[in-house]
Amino acid sequence: MAKQKNILPGFNLSLGFTIFYLSLIVLIPLSAAFIKTTELSIPEFWEVITAPRVVASYKLTFGASFIAAIINAAFGLLTAWVLVRYPFPGKKFIDALVDLPFALPTAVAGIALTAVYSGNGWIGSWLEPLGIKVAFTPIGVVVALTFIGLPFVVRTVQPVLEDLEAETEEAAASLGANRWQTFSKIIFPAIWPALLTGFALAFARAIGEYGSVIFIAGNMPMVSEITPLIIITKLEQYDYAGATAVAVVMLVISFLLLFAINGLQWWSNRQRIAAR
Amino acid sequence: MSGITPSQYSSYHSKVARSRATSEPAWIRYALTTIALSFLALFLFVPLAAVFTEALRKGFDTYITALIDPDALSAVKLTFIAALIAVPLNLVFGVAAAWAIAKFEFKGKSILITLIDLPFAVSPVIAGLIYVLIFGLQGWFGSALVDNDIKVIFAIPGIVLATIFVTFPFVARELIPLMQAQGKDEEEAGLVLGASGWQILWRITLPNVKWGLLYGVILTNARAMGEFGAVSVVSGHIRGMTNTLPLHVEILYNEYNYAAAFAVASLLALLALVTLALKTFVEWQVARNASHNEAA
Repeated sequence: MAKQKNILPGFNLSLGFTIFYLSLIVLIPLSAAFIKTTELSIPEFWEVITAPRVVASYKLTFGASFIAAIINAAFGLLTAWVLVRYPFPGKKFIDALVDLPFALPTAVAGIALTAVYSGNGWIGSWLEPLGIKVAFTPIGVVVALTFIGLPFVVRTVQPVLEDLEAETEEAAASLGANRWQTFSKIIFPAIWPALLTGFALAFARAIGEYGSVIFIAGNMPMVSEITPLIIITKLEQYDYAGATAVAVVMLVISFLLLFAINGLQWWSNRQRIAAR
Repeated sequence: MSGITPSQYSSYHSKVARSRATSEPAWIRYALTTIALSFLALFLFVPLAAVFTEALRKGFDTYITALIDPDALSAVKLTFIAALIAVPLNLVFGVAAAWAIAKFEFKGKSILITLIDLPFAVSPVIAGLIYVLIFGLQGWFGSALVDNDIKVIFAIPGIVLATIFVTFPFVARELIPLMQAQGKDEEEAGLVLGASGWQILWRITLPNVKWGLLYGVILTNARAMGEFGAVSVVSGHIRGMTNTLPLHVEILYNEYNYAAAFAVASLLALLALVTLALKTFVEWQVARNASHNEAA
């Protein structure tokens, strides 16, 4: 096929400005982080990023983010299912409120969750007699990360559930499948790519989160100190090279996740198109 | 079943089969709805209600006093300044990027789209850190800035830069898929009829994507006014000088002045609720336009 010549104007201007602005705001400043770490020798770099306190923070950050993303995958799928399939009063209002964690500043979320889940809070005072302390423990970190990742799974799974054709489910039933078989063999495979994408987005968002966590975590070194807080602490001690070394570790992991998510979204879209 | 004729039986039977095929028994529906709503209540509704309850706990007078405090007012001002600069810049960028990506084919396009997404993947703390590395005292331009008596870090320019970074992709992300879906037939028709490039942009492209554009601006603004981590790193927390509203909340909270902290937080929570209301309105408009177009 002959390539059609594009007659629209403004390509050079728009692409030129896009690349200029992207470089100025994002690419050059991000490269500063990688250049700064070259001030450290490789053994020094290794020592900074594997110090016991830093390693403890990785474990907490990645562990709590993973648990929060799992909670969001399970309850986000359930929420999307209920919002798409079952009628109940106030549904439109609740549907709109699901996006609250996107719109609510993280510092506000942090102090609100702390107030609710501390020992004398509305929910914390119910949990404390059961021996469950949430605020100022690693559980509090999971609660905050669940909050900020909540919309991702709901919003990736919801449109796929809406697109599902009733005919395939009816066909499955007419062939003798019970409801659970229809769900596990027909519905779940169709929403699986979207569910995985939502999970990855929630996980990626949770890893970098700072504002909502620091209020509820208690921030005890080795116990409830997240990696972004380690970076802040090092900055406050004017240890710029150390802060940057830890930041570079996080950046590399975040970039890998971003590429994985792009791949997942591509796969998820292809599945949806193939299903039509 | 003796009173039912075969044809009645089969229609009765197919009705039961259909309801079983496309839905669950009532008790499962109620149970699932209850579990989902309880989850949302525990993580969303109760904390949201707590913001307003805590804000008004010491009475309405304390609430108002916290809001008209000079430090609070200067935080409001700085928050608006940061948003007023960051939102238009990222809006212009979003339109330019979407025009290049949606209307033209070029090599490296998918890489460009991924790079535009980068700020979403970067922790806000790191977003602040990179500007400290460039403009801070020990940074690349640190000594040059000191010589010329220009402050970026621990001053307003740093706060604006960090805000631009964290809100960078929103408008572009909204516009690119919309403009790709719209194609370029209308723009080409305009060109044939003698319109200039700017006329095409103003009269054809932007009106076609106006709701997506508005949605992108709403999201950018909400994030710009609420950003905490990135701004926290570059601000230096100077009261009345470099404090935005979220930073003011943190300072009050750390001083155990909970009523005032939640009073200021309630402003930001209201902003979030207005954002969600606008978003719902825009989605409703988009759905209405779509059904309108289908009918036409």
